[in-house]
Amino acid sequence: MESKNKNNHSILRIEGLKKYFPIRRGFLQKIHGWVKAVDGVSFEIEQGKTMGLVGESGCGKTTVARLILKLLESDAGKIIFQGHDIRRFSEKEMKPYRKEIQIIFQDPFGSLNPRMTIGQSIEEGIRILGNKHATNRKERLETLLSMVGMSSDSSDRYPHEFSGGQRQRIGIARALSVEPSLIVCDEPVSALDVSIQAQIINLLKDLQDQLGLSYLFISHDLNVVGYLCNTISVMYKGHIMEFASSEDIFNHPHHPYTISLLSAIPDPDPDIKWHVKPSNGHIGDSDVVPEGCKYQDRCTIAETACLKDKMVFEKVRENHFVRCWKAAKNHGSSPD
Amino acid sequence: MTHDRPLLCVENLKVYFQSNGARAHAVDGISFEVREKETVCIVGESGCGKTVSALSILGLIPTPPGEIVDGQIIFSGQNLINLDEKAMQKIRGNHISMVFQEPLTSLNPVFTIGDQIGEAVRTHQQIDTEALFQYCVQLLNDVGIPSPKQRINDYPHQLSGGQRQRVMIAMALACDPDLIIADEPTTALDVTVQAQILALLRSIQKKRSMSVLYISHDLGVVSAIADRIYVMYAGIMVEQGNTDQIFRSARHPYTQGLLASLPSPSKRGKRLHSIPGTVPNPAYKPKGCPFHPRCRQKILSCQQEYPGMCDYGEGHLARCPVLFKPKGYPG
Repeated sequence: MESKNKNNHSILRIEGLKKYFPIRRGFLQKIHGWVKAVDGVSFEIEQGKTMGLVGESGCGKTTVARLILKLLESDAGKIIFQGHDIRRFSEKEMKPYRKEIQIIFQDPFGSLNPRMTIGQSIEEGIRILGNKHATNRKERLETLLSMVGMSSDSSDRYPHEFSGGQRQRIGIARALSVEPSLIVCDEPVSALDVSIQAQIINLLKDLQDQLGLSYLFISHDLNVVGYLCNTISVMYKGHIMEFASSEDIFNHPHHPYTISLLSAIPDPDPDIKWHVKPSNGHIGDSDVVPEGCKYQDRCTIAETACLKDKMVFEKVRENHFVRCWKAAKNHGSSPD
Repeated sequence: MTHDRPLLCVENLKVYFQSNGARAHAVDGISFEVREKETVCIVGESGCGKTVSALSILGLIPTPPGEIVDGQIIFSGQNLINLDEKAMQKIRGNHISMVFQEPLTSLNPVFTIGDQIGEAVRTHQQIDTEALFQYCVQLLNDVGIPSPKQRINDYPHQLSGGQRQRVMIAMALACDPDLIIADEPTTALDVTVQAQILALLRSIQKKRSMSVLYISHDLGVVSAIADRIYVMYAGIMVEQGNTDQIFRSARHPYTQGLLASLPSPSKRGKRLHSIPGTVPNPAYKPKGCPFHPRCRQKILSCQQEYPGMCDYGEGHLARCPVLFKPKGYPG
């Protein structure tokens, strides 16, 4: 973040992270263009806090997650984790940090090995951590299972014997097995039913309180993000459009995209009449990126300047940044 | 806005599936009605039998393993269950049409969208090619597809998710049906696109004075569009009423639990209510009230007796005798 004050309590700081995917066409598979999936993303997660990353499908949320975990090699920028820039770390240098950052996936059906028992899946992490004694491992396994609210006799069963919510608990136990300090949650509750979703959200919160975990919570569901997260980054076509505390995003949104996203949530409170201000169109292919602001074609307040000028991330107040010169100007603040 | 004449009336519908020896009671005696020009929502979690109920209205239950065991489905005065396949085809797509959840798998990838929209019209009406083309362009225009004359020759993969769902709606509208059944039409879409599709459905319904049976698990969406709501759990209707009654004064512990477990920014810092346990397997449903193993307010009789519907007046019914207090009862 260009103008953000450096906070010592941050566990993870991303600066100008970029990932372009080549578009290859034709017989020779020549590079035809680039999909700018992540185009200069910066944010910060404080120790023991939760940051939400929201945006529509295709905006680059999951790519950011994979870059942080180094499941994908990024093209530029910095990934500063606990004070070290791990972006260019080799596999060997990375090893001590691997256990620190874990991920929970969206699909609890696809992310567990069907041929391994639950116990084997979770124990793998404990073993890698260097716990050599089988009895100690067994003890740890039982603690982990009880932490996520599962009985210890489930460790000998296979993933297909469990429901979606139980599998998500197993996924969480597996992530916890190596004692991480940061967990990337990639849409962890999107595939679950409402009543189960609440159980998992409560569990994530409890674990954070107990273990002091930090979360990067990726979701398209603004209600969940608003409930769970301390700060929120709103992402659109590879850019962060707005960053603020959860309260500010919901009560004082500045960017026209954030405003349109919020107005699109149908509220289950019948007192609030639902006024849809559908933004025009839909999120397009990322390979046809316009010059200037990336949101220009759907924006209701766009002017000619938006078509050419590159948008900068401006500070509108303490801890509230927006990538829209009009919104920043309207709220009477000077860019710094 | 709504008329009182029922267009569709489902009574005591039971659909069972035979699977690996056990018999799954997917839909276990549900009754509901859709009146003219009305939007009725069926809400429930996955596996509660919402989709099976919708499919059985259109006679699309795969038999075997499925079987409609009991009940009747009265649509405009005739019982759809007794109709043979030929008579059913006259109704399907023509009087009742359906919008499915996943537009990519429900559209045929090797035909243009124009072909697929026109198919229903050709099946049910005599129409020449030029008129059909004009009609399809008009339909695409109605559902908000830009430059429909060019897009009509596109294949499904050339469209975005929202546009595909618009095409599905155009197909459903093609024969000017009396009732559209929409089975989770916006679940696979982004919130902004979802808002557009819901607004579209609403405006089309007003213009054409149709009825809509909307099936969803999303209480937010339901509160935004429904006139009346049915809450389904494990194959039965546990509560029914209008939007106000359900969202303001839900009477069934399941409905109350569902509403309380919705996360929202206003509940920050407070612990979310959660319903313990999981939805029962439809082949091994508990005796008595199917919700009792997860219910915090159960009493002994819940485990034995199947709960009856209790009438709270003005069309608000809930299947929980434990919480029921007749009118005028103190407290």
